[in-house]
Amino acid sequence: MSLYQDLILDHYRNPRNQGTLKNATHSADAANLSCGDKLHIDIIVKNDIIEEVKFSGSGCAISQSSASLLTEHIRKHTVKQALSLEPKDILDLILVTLSPARLKCGLLSLETVKKALNQEK
Amino acid sequence: MLNTSQIKKDFPLFTHHPDLVYLDSAATALKTQGVIDAERAYLEEYSTNVMRGLYPLAETATEKFEMTREKMATFIGAKSSSEIIFTSGTTDALNLVSKLLASQIEKGDTLVTTAMEHHSNFLPWKELAKTKSADLHIVSLTKEGMIDRESLKKSIDEHTKIASFSAVSNVLGTINPVKEIIALIRSINPKTLIVIDAAQAVCHMPMSVSDWDADFVAFSGHKMFGPTGTGILYGKYSLLETLPPVNFGGGMVLDSCAEDTLYKESPYCFEAGTPNIGGMIALGSAIDYIENIGLQNIHLHETTLASYAIEKLKETFGEDISIIGPSKKEKRSGIIAFTLANVHPHDIAGILGEQNICVRAGEHCTTPLHHSLRLSATTRLSLSIYNNENDIDKFISVLKEIQAMFLNK
Ligand SMILES: Cc1ncc(COP(=O)(O)O)c(C=O)c1O
Repeated sequence: MSLYQDLILDHYRNPRNQGTLKNATHSADAANLSCGDKLHIDIIVKNDIIEEVKFSGSGCAISQSSASLLTEHIRKHTVKQALSLEPKDILDLILVTLSPARLKCGLLSLETVKKALNQEK
Repeated sequence: MLNTSQIKKDFPLFTHHPDLVYLDSAATALKTQGVIDAERAYLEEYSTNVMRGLYPLAETATEKFEMTREKMATFIGAKSSSEIIFTSGTTDALNLVSKLLASQIEKGDTLVTTAMEHHSNFLPWKELAKTKSADLHIVSLTKEGMIDRESLKKSIDEHTKIASFSAVSNVLGTINPVKEIIALIRSINPKTLIVIDAAQAVCHMPMSVSDWDADFVAFSGHKMFGPTGTGILYGKYSLLETLPPVNFGGGMVLDSCAEDTLYKESPYCFEAGTPNIGGMIALGSAIDYIENIGLQNIHLHETTLASYAIEKLKETFGEDISIIGPSKKEKRSGIIAFTLANVHPHDIAGILGEQNICVRAGEHCTTPLHHSLRLSATTRLSLSIYNNENDIDKFISVLKEIQAMFLNK
């Protein structure tokens, strides 16, 4: 099965939650240096609920579409729920299996979200 | 052009993958039947150690192993086989030469390299400069990806101890005028030791280390159809005989009990330990194969095909395609790196890969070059003797699908 299914291409071409949040309570940057994927995530947490989340960045379709899908998924979830997400959950969101070489592209969004939630602005 | 359907038959990988389009020979070249047979024969029929045995099998192994050294010397235009040091690859060879020369570097000396180098020909010099508090000068490139002569002239002065550059860039595809550049460096400072990274030149064009007048030349066997774990460091004998060894162990010593250990002569004093015997014997078969086809013919085949690919890319993708490196085809080898609008190279290579087309994407171990080009990554195809126009056409047609998929065209 091709990695480049409609879901991934749709989220790559029309990313959801793209942008930045001025009054973010949590933010983080992360990058895959070896392939040039970059992500920045802004989150607004209120009463332990993720009220708003936006991402910006550049990189391959896998890294960017997984950020789009993940940000959709965690909105209105608790911080604890988001922090307990595992790599497998990302694969369930993007609906493809990733080879070891592409896994780090798919997981960059999760890494960035966790980094943001673990550090306050 | 070469008869590629005939040539493909010499590479058993195509028996296993008849439809494979392999455009990644700069990473590693495929292996010929002769290379595979030679390595297998060693492993099955006479897998004994070299140099030490006094029985016939070990003598056979030694003789065949040394035969590769002789062939290699002739192949690259060295004056004698004692100038050929066996290593595990280009990286190993460049690290070895940087260690061999380390004792000559002092604070205030300069080492010179260029902005197009592979990490293998950059990091050893960067580290050496750092440990010796020497300066590292990086020669800049012209817009077209050639070594900038003015920058080179400014980088070389009386403090320059070592200058190292590649004969062919593994990303830009630039063929550097090695002989002229060496002459230019020597005209400014005749004492500068000159090291050439020939990893992407060897087996792609006629070359002679003596004609170049290089002091050291490094390259890999696996990029010339030989096994991985084989490489060469050529050094001028007049220099090698003055350099003390830097790796110590078996096989390189005459008298280890003397107060001042007595070492063998070059190249053996630089080859401590049991080498990659089967690999080196098989590399000999690769040389025979290349010589049989002829370097001139190989060069013509690869560069003609590269011109075809470049024309097709421009014609098909127009504004969307950006090919890096020299625009003049006589200055280019069979390596073509490009970007397609803002489609990430990993997506391009990923989709091509799903369609059985092998290309490389990323920085190709040249982060400084990609920074200077302000590119985070490129997609690279690299050609060899088994590639033909059909391979290029298949590649272009999948690239068109990618363009449609990502750019809505
Ligand atoms: C120009 C250049 N130098 C050095 C190397 C390193 O070669 P190896 O990995 O065989 O040591 C390569 C191979 O990728 C290369 O293209």
